[in-house]
Amino acid sequence: MNHLPQAWGRPRDDVYGAYNASFLPQDGPKQHTQSPIVTGTSVVAMKFKDGVVVAADNLASYGSLARFTDVKRLRQFNTRAVLGFGGDVSDMQHLDRLLTSLSLRENYADPGSSGDETDTASLDAKNLHTYLSKVMYKRRTDFNPLWNHILVAGLDDADKPFLASVDLLGTTFSAPSLATGFGAHLAVPILRRVAPDEAAAETLSMDDAVNAVKEAMKVLFYRDARSLDKYSIAVIRKDGVQLKEDEKLEGQSWAFAETIRGYGTQIH
Amino acid sequence: MFRNNYDNDSVTFSPQGRIFQVEYAGEAVKQGSVVVGIVSKTHAVLAALKRNAEELSSYQKKVIPIDTHYGVALAGLASDARVLSNFMRQESLRERLTYGRPMNLSEIANRIGERAQINTQQYGRRPYGVGLLISGVDRNGPHLFEFQPSGMVNEMLATSIGARSQMARTYLEKNLDQFADATKEELIKHALSALKDSLSQDKELTVDNTSVGVVGGGDLFKLYEGQEVSPMLASAFGEGEGEESMEVDT
Repeated sequence: MNHLPQAWGRPRDDVYGAYNASFLPQDGPKQHTQSPIVTGTSVVAMKFKDGVVVAADNLASYGSLARFTDVKRLRQFNTRAVLGFGGDVSDMQHLDRLLTSLSLRENYADPGSSGDETDTASLDAKNLHTYLSKVMYKRRTDFNPLWNHILVAGLDDADKPFLASVDLLGTTFSAPSLATGFGAHLAVPILRRVAPDEAAAETLSMDDAVNAVKEAMKVLFYRDARSLDKYSIAVIRKDGVQLKEDEKLEGQSWAFAETIRGYGTQIH
Repeated sequence: MFRNNYDNDSVTFSPQGRIFQVEYAGEAVKQGSVVVGIVSKTHAVLAALKRNAEELSSYQKKVIPIDTHYGVALAGLASDARVLSNFMRQESLRERLTYGRPMNLSEIANRIGERAQINTQQYGRRPYGVGLLISGVDRNGPHLFEFQPSGMVNEMLATSIGARSQMARTYLEKNLDQFADATKEELIKHALSALKDSLSQDKELTVDNTSVGVVGGGDLFKLYEGQEVSPMLASAFGEGEGEESMEVDT
């Protein structure tokens, strides 16, 4: 089948007229992605004593429309790495495919000495982040970027907590607490109050880190119009990954909103 | 002139089901000087006997460091070993650049095996004329792989390839149960002893003709040549032997 609409025609051109091709791209250069279409908003992550916690809501927006409300933006790669995707969802799906084939290749090459099929830890979070940074930088160099900001959370080769980001330009950055998109402005200060530096993160308990991330997700839902109160959260530790994909924000209080004019539903 | 009609290229079977070109490549390995490899639970050792074309010439390189965690020892055509080792270096570097991790040894061994096998299956190509011992430490521990021109790759606990290598393998088989728990020094001693067993009567191991590659226990791959092997020879065969003491004017 010819998938180009201008060639489709109509059953009765004499009745309906020719297909109106004016909205179709005219002959011109091949265009790469100039902006994302369906997008996911913030990903929030934080290191703690013996692991990393990462969260992202389940919303994919089409512009300002909350189009898809059950999109999982956290992807478990293996027993020691979880990825969080912000930005374009179709590019996320492309990366998902890429990672699936990478994971297959890895498991054929080195199934691991333990003989356990789920122990696919031949690529740790650090290796994965290095790989993704090369993929992202290659695509931006082709002037055809993957429109994402990715957080890689997990453990490195010494089983130490690892958290780093890579964006659509291939820029890498690492810190004890990270967030993408709106969260980079709003969530990071909240997380830094809990653990300002690496030393503080090394003594932080899992519960404190999880609570801080949940709190940040809540503040993001209050203030980010492209966010949702349904979210996914993953905790990566030495003994494996705990991923919950259908969480609901708890303890919301919208009392503050009533005093702000132009915020939310206004009755008067 | 030809031994028979079936050894002109590597894609023709003989009526007996043999591919002579591949067998001749295997013979080239047996013409090369002997190399020995052993692994313990912690270390991997390569030992090689270097040959010089004539008295006054230099010795042919036998052990090639590839990456910081592994190296290869060769028996056969050195120029083919150069091609393969360059390929291995490139692949190892690529692994470090794209993933930030050291190359997996079974992976690289199988990859050159694949390359070598393709050479035996296409018209107009020839098999590599070199055998390799690939030895090092990766995330699964120490490894030793034997590579043959046919494309055969096997993981070994200890092995030897090259001229008169059967004598070395006999030594290795006899002492096999000591290797697993051996220290680095003991492992080197065993490798040198196996190497010595394969020498013809008029030859002996000296600082000039012995190469040793060692990796393991957290240390990077290190190639010992020249005066650096003299303490190893001394501890393996006793003082005096192997090392020609320098003559000094008195």
